[in-house]
Amino acid sequence: MKRKAYYSRKIKRATHLLFYRRHKKPGVKGWELRRGLGSDYPKVLGVLDSYLETLDLQVKTVFEQEKPAEKPTLDQLDRARFFVTLRSGTTPKEAKLCGWRVDDVAGLAIAISYIISKGGKAPREEVEELLQSKLPGWRVDINMGRYVRSGYLAEDENKQVYLDWRTRAEVDQKALVESLLSASSSQ
Amino acid sequence: MPPKKHEKRLGEERLQRIIDLCKSVEERGLDPFMVDVEDIIGVVRELFPVWERPEEFSLDAEAVHSVASVIWLQSSWVKHRSTTLYTDPFLLGEKIRRLGKEEIANVFLKAWHPVVELEQITSHSLAEAMKYWEGLLPIGERWQRTAPLKTETGTMSREEMIKQRLLLEEAFTKELEALWGELKQRTGGKARIPYWDFVGAETYSETIKRAYMTSFLVTYGYATLEAYPLEEEMYLKPFEKPVSTLGKRQAFSVPVSVSVEEWMKWREEKQG
Repeated sequence: MKRKAYYSRKIKRATHLLFYRRHKKPGVKGWELRRGLGSDYPKVLGVLDSYLETLDLQVKTVFEQEKPAEKPTLDQLDRARFFVTLRSGTTPKEAKLCGWRVDDVAGLAIAISYIISKGGKAPREEVEELLQSKLPGWRVDINMGRYVRSGYLAEDENKQVYLDWRTRAEVDQKALVESLLSASSSQ
Repeated sequence: MPPKKHEKRLGEERLQRIIDLCKSVEERGLDPFMVDVEDIIGVVRELFPVWERPEEFSLDAEAVHSVASVIWLQSSWVKHRSTTLYTDPFLLGEKIRRLGKEEIANVFLKAWHPVVELEQITSHSLAEAMKYWEGLLPIGERWQRTAPLKTETGTMSREEMIKQRLLLEEAFTKELEALWGELKQRTGGKARIPYWDFVGAETYSETIKRAYMTSFLVTYGYATLEAYPLEEEMYLKPFEKPVSTLGKRQAFSVPVSVSVEEWMKWREEKQG
């Protein structure tokens, strides 16, 4: 009973930390969770994740580098960022409610998948060229700016475009590329 | 120049070329296997005994560092190829070109799990807001301070802009004549071309530029504009030679609206 009360308290605290935005970017760093929940925070997050499953939400871990092949170390978890995301995908209707038009979503998918295929980095002009096949020329630059501002893409001084924190938090990159390649065209 | 000094200078140039090559591969995202690492290391090793001064060793170290960066890129490339995420960019590009926007968006929505976040005011932003509020002057004083300055708008002719070096005469004339040539070519056998078919371009900014230049084509007598207000139609008709109308007849202006809405309407009609 005592143990149950202990976890119940910790889960409430974890919910507050994860849902409410405290910094410029959403999400909480592992070390912040350790400070707020104690050293067994990975276990608390595991319990919270299984509770959130019924609500179609999940606790997503985004590691600083690539996802470790084996069980992550405490140090890797401390430096990782934790978010609460939708567990399943969204519908076109829901995407509209988020303020995204079909064009914007398609453009984002094109930019992200192309960068993935180029190993995580691609020249901006190549991405824009591909976007022009689906979007009117005048909207390409506007959309690229929006993707960068939202944190999906990042650009360096050499006009190279990368995947930024939001893509790593929200997009299942493998599923996206595989689904795009296997999608059959109705055109 | 003594032979040793000459040899050193050539060596420095070779190292600099190696550094530039490695940097361009790194910065421009080029294929890292373009760089023959073994060959470069051979050159660096061959030149090493020649160096004596600290700046020469510094250049040598920079070259080694650049090669190391390229080797790192090569290893990342191999690693990426061996992962399940690897896809041929060409293949993906082709697939994207064949798919419709809705299909691409639907695929993305299945792989998209947006972050859930709630924004709220923090104690820090509350303190900042209070500080701002306390420092704010009474509204009466603020209004006095922000009384709008009276500014008068004016006009400036192209000649004045040239005089003030805001426009270049030569480049402008060349561009104008190129546009005149294009107008003559596009009207072909016909005598005239609808205004929007000529000024309309892929982008709105390009359309504005073409409309601006076209207004000079008409003003300077390279072409004439036929406007039919009732039918809401306008045509451009090029002259074989520029015709000067100065002093011959009364000149008048025709306002032409080139708004985004009109441009989009034209594009839709063109595509439809």
